[in-house]
Formats: sequence, C-alpha cells, structure tokens
Amino acid sequence: MRVPLSWLREYVDLPATGDAMADAEALHAALVKVGLEEEAIHGVALTGPIVVGQVLEFVEEPQANGKTIRWCQVLTAPGETRGIVCGARNFEVGDKVVVTLPGAVLPGPFAIAARKTYGHVSDGMIASARELGLGDEHDGILRLTTLGLDPEVGTDAIALLGLDDLAVEVNVTPDRGYALSIRGIAREYAHSTGSVFRDPAALAVASRGTGFSVVLDDQAPIRGRRGCDAFVTRVVRGIDQSRTTPAWMVSRLELSGIRSISLVVDITNYVMLELGQPIHAYDLAALRGGITVRRATAGETLKTLDGQSRTLDPEDLLITDESGPIGLAGVMGGASTEISETTIDVLVEAAHFEPVSIARTARRHKLPSEASRRFARGVDPLVAEPAAQRVVDLLVELAGGAADSLGSCVIDAASPAPIHLAEGFVDALIGVDFSLDEITVSLTDIGCTLDVDDNGWQVTPPSWRPDLVDAPSLAEEVARIVGYERIPAVLPIAPPGRGLTRSQRVRRATANALAAAGLTEVLAYPFVSLDDVALTDGDAASVALANPFDSDTGRLRRSLIPGLTRIAHRNLARGLTDLAVFEIGAVYLPEGTASYGVAEVPTATEKPQSSVLSELENSIPPQPWYLAALFVGDRRSRGIGQAAEHAGIADALDAAHAVAAVAGAVVRVETGSHPALHPGRTAALFVGDTHIGVAGELLPAVAVERDLPRRVGVLELNLEALIALGSSEVEAGTIAAFPAATQDLSVVVAESVSAGAVRAAVIEGAGALLESAVLVDDYRGAGLEPGTKSITLALRFRAADRTLTAAEATEAKLAGLAVATERHGATLRA
Amino acid sequence: MPASPEITEAAVESAVDAALTALAAASDTAALKAAKSAHAGEASPLAALNALLRDVPADQKAALGKLVGQARARVGQAVASREAELVAAEEAQLLAAEAIDVTAIAPLRLTGARHPLTTLMEQMSDIFIAMGWEVAEGPELENEWFNFDALNMDADHPARGTQDTFFIEPEDRHLLLRTQTSPVQVRSLLDRGVPLYVVSPGRVFRKDELDATHTPVFHQLEGIAIDKGLTMAHLRGTLEHLARAVIGEGARIRLRPNYFPFTEPSAELDVWHPTFKDGPRWIEWGGCGMVNPNVLRAAGIDPEVYQGFAFGMGIERTLMFRNGVSDMRDMVEGDVRFSQQFGMVV
Repeated sequence: MRVPLSWLREYVDLPATGDAMADAEALHAALVKVGLEEEAIHGVALTGPIVVGQVLEFVEEPQANGKTIRWCQVLTAPGETRGIVCGARNFEVGDKVVVTLPGAVLPGPFAIAARKTYGHVSDGMIASARELGLGDEHDGILRLTTLGLDPEVGTDAIALLGLDDLAVEVNVTPDRGYALSIRGIAREYAHSTGSVFRDPAALAVASRGTGFSVVLDDQAPIRGRRGCDAFVTRVVRGIDQSRTTPAWMVSRLELSGIRSISLVVDITNYVMLELGQPIHAYDLAALRGGITVRRATAGETLKTLDGQSRTLDPEDLLITDESGPIGLAGVMGGASTEISETTIDVLVEAAHFEPVSIARTARRHKLPSEASRRFARGVDPLVAEPAAQRVVDLLVELAGGAADSLGSCVIDAASPAPIHLAEGFVDALIGVDFSLDEITVSLTDIGCTLDVDDNGWQVTPPSWRPDLVDAPSLAEEVARIVGYERIPAVLPIAPPGRGLTRSQRVRRATANALAAAGLTEVLAYPFVSLDDVALTDGDAASVALANPFDSDTGRLRRSLIPGLTRIAHRNLARGLTDLAVFEIGAVYLPEGTASYGVAEVPTATEKPQSSVLSELENSIPPQPWYLAALFVGDRRSRGIGQAAEHAGIADALDAAHAVAAVAGAVVRVETGSHPALHPGRTAALFVGDTHIGVAGELLPAVAVERDLPRRVGVLELNLEALIALGSSEVEAGTIAAFPAATQDLSVVVAESVSAGAVRAAVIEGAGALLESAVLVDDYRGAGLEPGTKSITLALRFRAADRTLTAAEATEAKLAGLAVATERHGATLRA
Repeated sequence: MPASPEITEAAVESAVDAALTALAAASDTAALKAAKSAHAGEASPLAALNALLRDVPADQKAALGKLVGQARARVGQAVASREAELVAAEEAQLLAAEAIDVTAIAPLRLTGARHPLTTLMEQMSDIFIAMGWEVAEGPELENEWFNFDALNMDADHPARGTQDTFFIEPEDRHLLLRTQTSPVQVRSLLDRGVPLYVVSPGRVFRKDELDATHTPVFHQLEGIAIDKGLTMAHLRGTLEHLARAVIGEGARIRLRPNYFPFTEPSAELDVWHPTFKDGPRWIEWGGCGMVNPNVLRAAGIDPEVYQGFAFGMGIERTLMFRNGVSDMRDMVEGDVRFSQQFGMVV
C-alpha cells in the first residue's frame, strides 16, 4: 500500500519539517511500530526551478529533418521573457504552460540547461505531462487550462501540481484489509503517535438512492457464507466528458501506483484508495433493467473489461442485468457496460463481497486486481454507503454531473460477534502487567466497544476488523497499541532433554569424519530431470513436481549422484582439478505401484481421528537420508618428492568404511553392478545381508557426457539404513596377551574368483584362532596356469588362553584353505 | 713365539696402553668392534695375562690378580665410553642425512570442509539442546494438512497464496514440498505431546528463482515451546539468548507487530549487532509469536490449559549477515572454495 503524504495529511496531523524525505521516514518509523512494515519511499524524482509560464508569441520554423519547431517567447516571471524551442504544436499564444528552467532536473534524470538547438539558444523547456511524472500524456505539452488552472505567471509549478509529494509504501499483512486504504493507514498512524484521526468515512450521506432494483440471490453460498451482503448504487447524470482529472488527483493516483485513465474511472479508484471500498461505475445507458447478484451457471460466459471472454464457474459470483452477466463481482467489470467517452449517466456500485468467494474467483481466472485484493482481505461492510456518496460528490464537483435520486441501498451485513475477554488473559499471554486502563483504552482506540461482564469484558470489534475473532487477537491489539517494547525477556525452563538422537549424532559425526578425511560438504538442489532419474534408477518411479521451473528440474531425486556430478562440473569449469565432495540429504523413493497423497484434506478445527491422521502420515513416499561422495582428479596431488595419485573406487571404499565405522557398523564389499557405474569397477556394499549402497567409478561415457574426466570415484549409500544396522552399544571383550603366530597363505584360484570371496572362505574355515586376514598379493603370469591367479593372505593367529604352537596355526590355516578349496577350487600354491 | 709371558706391571701397562690407543683410533663402530676384540677379547694380551693367574703362586695371587683385574676394568670402561661416543656421532650423522625441507612436504590429501549452513544449524540447535530442548525432524515432501491446514491456514486462507509452493503431481492428492519447517512442529505436537520444547532445523522450498537474495531451496530453524504459563516474555527471553549465542554478546533484538496465521500475537524479529558488515543496524531475522489456539486444537491440545510460542529464521539469511556473505548463490552452487573458507567452523 502506497500512501501519499499530502493525502494522509487530510485525516491526521503529520508533522511537516520542510524536508519531505525526513517526513516520509518519520511516517515509516511510526507505522512500523504498529506492524506496517516499511517497503519503500516513492516520489517524482524532480527538482526545480519549474514555473508557470505564458506563451507570448511563437514563430514556426520548418527544419531540414521534416519537423517544424516553434521558437517561442515565454513569460516566466513578471518582466522576464525567455526564448524557448518547442517541438509540440498543441498550444496557442496566451496559453499558460509549465516551464522547466535551466537547473531543473526531470525524472530520468534529465537535467535542463540553456542549450543551442535548431539555431536558437533554448533557455529552458516547455514540459509535457509525462515529462513531469504526471501520467502517460505525451501528445503535446501540458496546458494548464486543461486542468482547470489559471495561475499567475512565475508560480512554482511543483507545489501547484503536487509534484513535491512523496508516498511511503508499507506492507499490509493479509489480516488487515482495512489498512489497504488512506483511512486505515491514518487510523494506524493515530494509534502509533496519538495524533487525532479524522475519519474520511464520516461524511454526510445526502440521501439514499431509491428505485433501482437490486436483488441479492446467492443460491450456493461458499462455506455457508453469502457472497454479497451489501450493495449500494447511486446515479449521477450529465457527466461533462470534456473535463479532465485534476493534477492533484493524477499526482496522488500516480504516487499510489495507479495510472490515470479517465476522470470517472480515476474518481472510482481515488475513492477506493481513500476508503478501501472498491467501486464500480457502469454506463447507465448500457444497463438493461435492474441488477441481480447471483452465482454463475455452468457454461455461462462474460467478456471482461480487459477484452477477454471468460467461461464462468458455478462458484463465480456475478453481477447481472437482464442481458446476463455484466461483471465478475469484486474482481473485474464487464465490457458491455463499461464507462466510455460517450457515457453521460453513471451508475455507481459500492458493494460488500465475501472474501473466500472473491479470492477463489480471482485465482481461478488469474485476475488479481486492486478490488479483489481488498475484498479477499476483508472490506468494511459499513463503508459502502459513505464511499458511494464520496464518489457522487466527486462526480458532481469534478465531472459536472448532477446527483440523481435513482439508486438502491441493501445493507444486510451481520454485525461482528462480541468476544469474551477475561480479565488477566492479556497479561497471561503477553507476560506484561498491563493496567486495566491500557487494555480498555487500546481496544477502544482501535474501534471496539467494551461491555463489562462478570470476569472481564464483552468486546465487540469494529466493522472493519473481521480479523478480531478471539481473545488472543485482542491481546495482540493491546500489546501492539501499548508497544511490543514493553515485553520483558524471561528465559523459560524446559524439562530435562535427552540430547541429540543417535541418528542425529551419527549424521553429524559422519559429516565431520568425511570433512576431516579431505572431503568438502555440498548441498545440491533435489530437482532433477527424468534422464537423471534414469541414470541411477532406470525406469523406477520418481516424484514429479506439478509446477517445476522447467522440465530439467521437474523430478525429485532418487539419488544424490546427479546433483554431485553437476556440482563437480561447476567446480571444474571454474578451474579446479581435484575434488572430493559429499552430500548428506534426503532422496525421494516412491514405489511404482503405490498411490500417495490423500483425496481430501481434513479441516483442522480439531484433531483428526487417528485413522485419518495415520492416513495423512502414510500419504508421503519414503524419504531416507542418503550419503554420496564424488572423487575427481587426484586424491593426492603432485608435490615435491610426491607423485600424483589418481582418485577412484578406492577412495569411495575408503569413505564407505570410514562412514560405517562412525555408524558402528562393518561394511562388507562384494562385486556389484549399478546402471551409472563402470561394470568392472563397482562394489556392492552390505551390512550383514542388507545391501546399503554402492562404491565404484562412473561409467566413462556418463562421466564424459557430464563434462567430467573419464575416471570419477563414486560412493552412495543409504545412511539411514546404515545407522539402523549399526550399533552404538559395544560390549568390550578381553584382549588376549599371548603371542601371535603369523603365517602367509598363497592359493591359486581361477581369475574369475574374487579375492574377497577367497578371504571370506579362509576366515570362515580357519575359525576362532584367526585374528586377522589381510590380502597382500594378487599374482598372475609365469608359473601359473593361464586363467588362474595366486592370492596371498597375511594371517595372524592367536589363542585367548595359551601360546599357539606353529602346528596349531598351520592346522587352522589349512582348515581355511579347505573351505576355499571346497567353495572356489583353491589349491595351495606350490 | 715370544718367551713365555710373565705377569709384570710393565706387561700389564703395555697391554693397557696398546688397548687404549687402539680404542681411541677406532673411527666407527665397526673399527671399535675390531679393536675391542683385539684388546679385550679372548685372544687379547690382557686375556693371556689373566690366564697366567692360574699358575701364579698363592702368595702373589692377590696382588697380581688385582693388577690384571684393574687393567681389564680400565679397558672395559674405555670400550663403553668410546662406543657411546661413536654411536652418538653416527646417530647425529644419520639425523643430519635424514633432514628434509619441511616446508616442501606435499599434502597427503585434499583439504575437506563442512558446509557452513549445516554447521550453523548444528550450532544453533546445540544452543537449544543445552537448554533441555530437543531437535525434531520431519519429511521435506509433506502432506498439505501438516504444512498449511494444521497451521491455521486452510485452502482459502489469504496467506496461503503468498507462499509460492511447489506442488506434487497429481495436485489433487494434496502433497507438496514443505514451505517451512513448521509441519515438524505439528508432528511434534501430535507425537510428543506437551510440555514440548523442540527446534526443527531443515530444508524448505519456495518457488523463487535463484538470485543474489533468493533461492528456491533454503534452510530454516524453527522452534516451538508449549507448556503451562508460557508468555511472550519467554519468547523474547529465548530469542535474546539465541541472538547473543549465535550473533555475539553485543546482540540486541527487537519485536515488531506482524501477522502469521499460526501465531497470535505475531511479531517480526529484528536483530542488531555492533559489528555487522555494513555497520550497527537492525536486520530482519525471522518471525515469531504465541502459538494460535487453533494450531493447538488441531493437534488435540487444550489451549485453555497450554500455551506457548514459536519462532523461525532462515539459516542462509543468518549466515549472510553474520558472516558477511553477500550473494545467496555462493551458498547453493557447491563451489568448494565457499565451504573451504569456513573449514570445520562457522
């Protein structure tokens, strides 16, 4: 909401320091205190000298470029004549015009100076309305007679035309529809400063119109609320179409962000801004019979003011006459009854429409308008009649019309219900000891009426405050009017807490461990393309956004890998070469056959039944925490005395083991496969028998397609599953101090047998005496059958209760070999 | 073959002199070993003299035994001290040989870092943990009921349109990406009951194009406290404590009237600190207020008995004014240089 200072001054006493900017800032500060947040200060960015001049004579001089300019002699002060070149030709000798003198600066900024042009020195400029920030009119210069003005030559045109006015813009929260008006802002200013408030709605309503038929016929109220409960019409006849909007009104509308259109329309907008009551004006001659306000019927259409033909919804509330729909109530008028240049008699409508109905219609037809914005937030139903009167007064005063007795006045709005406010309630909610006076005066100030009841008050809110519905909303008003700065600071004492959950602790420790290991944490957006989903999950189902930015970001990730590849690429594009990044984040894993969501959302007036609640809770797809890491370039960069080491699957596995250790789990590695990974370099990760993730290297083709180097190490695991399978409960065993016996075991197996499988078999066969088994060698070549390889394990044996003999160790080793032989055909290497 | 030796003082002295000379001449441990063997070993002159003691008449045994014994001891000591000297010298030589330019040592791994947004969320959460609060989490893809309706914002609420929401296909199934972490508050009220003191840090979504001050995916930390007798003064006390702990001891807070459907009264939270990048000033930090009775009712809690407060703030915004980050994009693009400025701290 933009508030021109000059306008506000009509209804409250705003200090004028002579510095308009300082005044605007002071106004902002006052409004912020009562909850109207400052947004901006608007003004016409221009400085003088700008004066009223009179054209004494001019000579038309055709130019080589085909234009004809006028070399004018303009009186700009008594006895002071200036020569000015003017390109416009819409004026006569004797016309009073606006002259911007050297030194002036117009919006642009455009500095005025005496300059040589078309063979003359032009000592200033004759201004158009647009050049002065007064609307779009640029067909010629501004002739002051068209504004009904005949000031003295030399008069300061800035003050004359209201060009020195400023507007402050404040953010009006959705609960305070009344503040979308000068009336509401003035009231709030008075609350903030104690200034006297003069209500612009408190004007004399000469007489109600009669004889115009208005029927309110809502057969299908939305949520049980009638669509229209007040409808006032008035008629003004004999509009003088030659009249134009006065400069002060144009200036105020402009400052309020509304273009000047025509005098009648400008007046309706002006009154809407002043009183908060949207007004619609009809060309009376185009109306067919009386008005009926009703819901649309299916298939009905209406051509709105913007020229669009709209198909109506049965929920839309309509203004109709005998010809059919002539307006979308509270949203936009129809084209057939629009005010035009030939309109002579005007029917003025000031009505009150129900917020939800208007909001739905505006949303449905994508027609947010100044009117619908106000109705959706609540308009004072009692301001319709004074607003209609104000329009009539302005049409008579400015447009030369005559008020007619034809009209109507239906006001059927329910009075606000009284609210019980118990004594002590406000103090107990706000934590301040307010005096009874502070409570009653604050509430009275905002327009409530108070009646004492047995333990407090019955508080009846004013008609413009539909947001006051319960005791807390009244408590807020007291705190707001007295000032939030009165609220003291007290620390509450919470009951003892249990600290972080295990999952929270492990996730933090995981991130810290990876960062300590040289990885950098990143946070990617979860939006991916269908191709991204296919990369990691084939044709698995993915969540689709209904309103994505674009199709490349229309899905929610099933994997963190696509996001990390994009981040890696961005880093490489910025000149980095070696990267290790990780992300811990949610993925969205809908199951293909499942249907998520609910058909209907319950109302929230009370706690839903447990069956409904569990339906709500189960209506979303699984969203586990995943962890992924990407390794690009060198894990160890080249340095003095150090060769570079390229990163790859080993880094991914190393990170997996580190993360598992943090979670209190041990990861088992098996040969695996994954659609995005190198088929020969993919490890499946297990905890127990549960598959929890994958480590490997990107398929080179995928890496290249994503502008990454050919070899990229990748880790992804289900962190939530890992945490669930891990344990933070450790039962400590005794540490045997007897000497260890170490032996190597070399076995020959087919090349296709994985070293890990051999190791697992040896461990199983060797039994409890085996303490450690480390794979130390993989040999192929001379001395071995083609197609076979030799795997060597370094074994360490120990008994808990005695010193092992070499024979015992050998026996255990051979038992391990036996299982490897049975399972994988392993033979002892000669 | 010399004449059969005899134990004389001269013979003993000569053997000792020869031994000491040889030991002193040994320039490394290998030479010392040879000298030791020659002059103190089994075949050494002193050993030979010692062997003669067997045949010495009984009355001379004590005197000659002492003479030879002292000589052997002198040589033994000389061996030990020369050995220590040589070992020390050789160790020193080795250390000198092993010296390297420590300033040239290459790093063994890349430098890692946490993302400051997550560490800041952790730090803020810890402030509440220390007061006995707990950290609650919830799903990012949420049912509309938890994100809007249960928060006193039904389908026709004017505030609902102001939060540009990502909806999930098909739209008539009422799923969305949460626009705030407040649905976690609702879930906490339902699951944990009262008294309730929890904060919910996490990721939220609004349909804003990415620019210097907006991102469609960002983070919030919200808190809710519901108990008997909580007032707006407790809200202010909690926020003041948070501001001092997160922003600095000199931080001040200000509450301004505002509107949120889920709180009544509602307030905008501003924070002031003397060391803000662009000078001491008030900066908009978050929203807060007393939980609307309708929110409690939707969770089955009697607002006649329990009341409390809620608050929330953006983590990106906090990081921006707290650490002087000037462009939102730096926080979301994943350029590792951004996180690495922070390392493991924030």
